[in-house]
Amino acid sequence: MIALQAMTPKAIAEHFDTTRQAVSKHLRILTECELVKQEQQGREIYYSLEIDKMKEIDKWLEQFRKIWETRFNQLDKVLSTIKKQKK
Amino acid sequence: MTNSLLFDFTVDKATKTVFVDREFAADLSLVWDAFTKQEILDQWWAPKPWASKTKAMNFEVGGRRFYAMVSPEGQEHWSIQEFTSIRPTTNFEMRSSFADKDENINTEMPSSDWDLNFSEQNGSDSDPVTKVSITIKHKALADLEKMIEMGFQGGFTMTLNYLENLLTTLSQRK
Repeated sequence: MIALQAMTPKAIAEHFDTTRQAVSKHLRILTECELVKQEQQGREIYYSLEIDKMKEIDKWLEQFRKIWETRFNQLDKVLSTIKKQKK
Repeated sequence: MTNSLLFDFTVDKATKTVFVDREFAADLSLVWDAFTKQEILDQWWAPKPWASKTKAMNFEVGGRRFYAMVSPEGQEHWSIQEFTSIRPTTNFEMRSSFADKDENINTEMPSSDWDLNFSEQNGSDSDPVTKVSITIKHKALADLEKMIEMGFQGGFTMTLNYLENLLTTLSQRK
């Protein structure tokens, strides 16, 4: 939701079965992780998504996926070697 | 044939859980051995050019594997896997933590809980297929970053460098 537009905790809470306080708490943690940025407009704080940060996370998750891919390709070779030895 | 084997990697950011599914062209008992015997594990666990070096492994509930990921420069990153549940040859669970070279768990560093499931798929008798499903639970998503740094970053960067060289060579041929 906040990827599309900046929203207040109250507006976000209205979309879910939860309280404004609970939403605020989640947003505070996400702000600390710099995944969400806040902007004061009058009495209200608007939250929006830090798209670049999310991309950064995807980038290192992709590295993790590559590691498993490499590791398992190596295991394929090991398994095929063992199978040949058994025959 | 290898190409038709399943590989699935997904991350649930909300629950900080990584799911890895992979099929192997081997029977269940061989794949089980590959994950639970140190002499086979060390042949594939570390993505090249890193090496896996298991110093001690006692595969039983309450036992552990104490091993290092060794960088091409010879730098050792030690880890400990503690086996918390074993049901041969279909499932085992372990807690993975970073350690120092004297086998002390580093409590400052992130640990993760692993659940590994093994099942034989509908392959033929001559070409059995075994599926491995791994679930890795982390306390924080950022822990994943630490794991990459500690165990693989060097290796992965080298792979990328290799790819870059290869691409350069190929493009020069044109």
